[in-house]
Amino acid sequence: MTTSLEEFLTARRAAGRRLLVPYVTAGAAPGWTDVVRAYADAGADAVEIGFPFSDPMLDGVTIQEASDRAIAAGTTVTEILREVTALDVGVPLVAMTYGNLVFQRSGAEFCAALATSGLRGLIVPDVPLEEAGDLADAAAKEHLDLVLLAAPSTSRDRLRQIAGRSRGFVYALTRMGTTGERGEVPEQAARLGRDLKELTDLPVLFGFGVSSPAQAAELARHADGVVVASALMRRLLDGARPRELGEYVASIRRALDGAVDREPDEHATLPRHRRRPDPQDQVGPLPRG
Amino acid sequence: MTEHALMSDPGTSGRFGDYGGRYVPESLIPACHEIEAAFRDAWADPGFRDRLTTLLTVYAGRPTPLTPAHRLSRELGITLLLKREDLTHTGSHKINNVVGQALLAQRMGKRRLLAETGAGQHGVATATAAALLGLRATVFMGERDIERQELNVLRMHVLGAEVVPVTTGSRTLKDACNEAMRHWVASVDDSYYCLGSVMGPHPYPWMVREFQRVIGEEARAQCAAELPAAVPDYVVACIGGGSNAAGTFAGFVDTTARLVGVEAEGGAAATFGRAGVLHGFRSLVLQDEHGQVQEAHSVAAGLDYPGIGPEHAHLRDGGRARYETVTDAEVVRALVRLARTEGIVAALESSHALAWVIRAAESGGIAPGSTVLLTLSGRGDKDIASIKELL
Ligand SMILES: Cc1ncc(COP(=O)(O)O)c(C=O)c1O
Repeated sequence: MTTSLEEFLTARRAAGRRLLVPYVTAGAAPGWTDVVRAYADAGADAVEIGFPFSDPMLDGVTIQEASDRAIAAGTTVTEILREVTALDVGVPLVAMTYGNLVFQRSGAEFCAALATSGLRGLIVPDVPLEEAGDLADAAAKEHLDLVLLAAPSTSRDRLRQIAGRSRGFVYALTRMGTTGERGEVPEQAARLGRDLKELTDLPVLFGFGVSSPAQAAELARHADGVVVASALMRRLLDGARPRELGEYVASIRRALDGAVDREPDEHATLPRHRRRPDPQDQVGPLPRG
Repeated sequence: MTEHALMSDPGTSGRFGDYGGRYVPESLIPACHEIEAAFRDAWADPGFRDRLTTLLTVYAGRPTPLTPAHRLSRELGITLLLKREDLTHTGSHKINNVVGQALLAQRMGKRRLLAETGAGQHGVATATAAALLGLRATVFMGERDIERQELNVLRMHVLGAEVVPVTTGSRTLKDACNEAMRHWVASVDDSYYCLGSVMGPHPYPWMVREFQRVIGEEARAQCAAELPAAVPDYVVACIGGGSNAAGTFAGFVDTTARLVGVEAEGGAAATFGRAGVLHGFRSLVLQDEHGQVQEAHSVAAGLDYPGIGPEHAHLRDGGRARYETVTDAEVVRALVRLARTEGIVAALESSHALAWVIRAAESGGIAPGSTVLLTLSGRGDKDIASIKELL
């Protein structure tokens, strides 16, 4: 009955598609679940949902601000899970948060709660390989894919271990630094993508600093796809509506599809997400600022 | 209580019982490994130890004296001995750790030191060591602390350091740590993160304790010379992250002395915190029921921190040390009382330890005739302006 995050993404990749995972901080704006729906309708292959934490060590100013707003608005894990339970968007939802929220009671309880609410994956950037053992076991028990991160500074030997332990996909950091929009695609990202692709059959997705459709397409050439976060959250903080955020995701979708050599077979595993001809598709990315 | 002796090498996992570890993004893992390896190597190298001891002696002013507080002792009916970290170069114990880490950074070929600071003492010490060794220094400091510790900001500027104001969250030490870590991720190739207390990812809590151990070792020998019983009944120190306390306790953990850490009531993680993960380590953290970290509030900028070093959490759980709290009002009174009985103006941070000793001695919590070693972690010059308003 349930397809895992990994099965879902792998099937889509097998259909010739570049993977696109947009991000939203839960609670950063009222009606944030409409943003999740808009992403899915715009051709996302999964949606990453940030559970806001007071001290997001690996996030730049945009996601810090989104987190602060969400917390100030009273967003809690319990409330997010309640809202997520009611969401059915046809693509897997992946939680992203920090260790302190995960270990509030225990990693096992947190994973069970996510799974019960229908989430399929979990990303915890401050819980690296050595600290992830128990959490990975707890997640596996709940059929929740614990996604591990790989960085440009990670040695090849460690990359192998991370690829062996990660589930769902491998989250490849494009750069040394925090989340936030950046101009160019660093050379080190291409190298990391190549190394990971050699070491694993898991999907490899780039994240951090993906700030334009062209850049997403460029990065996707070195791996299987991208996670887009700050570029979307900045627009959300500036007042963009779910529909406009969806349009932006659609523009990345088009750029990614253009980067694929053969026509994607969209009928593979995703009945709800056949791409409809959509007038919004004619709209380019929103102007910056 | 465990197979490891207390306050020994926590091994490669960096665990102190349930606490500690290395909860940092993958990007920082190689750097943490590199620092751990470099520290193990340096700490076992007599050449490195000699250089450190020499600098602590000819530059930082060690050993620091043990001063009997005669008049205050008489008033309190105890024997109070002050370990005078306020007399070190730059005016606090922070220099012990910084000289050690700066030498390590230099040995690792790094060009720049990054640091967070609350009271500014760690920032000043970092700026100082950087100047001494020809390194650059970038110090992250909360905007609120920049206002209340202006003197130290000016000192850092004179020393050639860059001070980066942190405007997020509570604009104090917690946020300065977040910002320093974010910056570290982005500059790990040429920069060394010179963490100021026994916190952060492994190996910092252990390494910083080892660099501060000199306080406890000197004090142990000085107590042996000063006290008929050789070891005091109580060993007391204030706790922000817990470095001056850890260094002091390390010298007495294997004795009969009772170890007492004193926190600010508004930042008392050992008393009011729950287990959590912050700034790269698992320990006791002040947080709300949902797991959001709370802001600490204290007159002492250096104690305005919602966590406590992981080893302290472990010492607390095992009962080897106990942790007490004092109020801002008690602290200011204690500062003034020491100034007027002994002619020593202590830092607001250090005055926490003193405030507890005064309260305990006056309420019978410390039996009359007891001997008490108190680490006076720093001097109060930086606090004069803020005390003026509180007098
Ligand atoms: C004089 C003084 N004492 C104590 C502290 C607290 O730090 P720790 O608990 O690490 O000793 C500070 C921190 O800024 C300080 O400046």
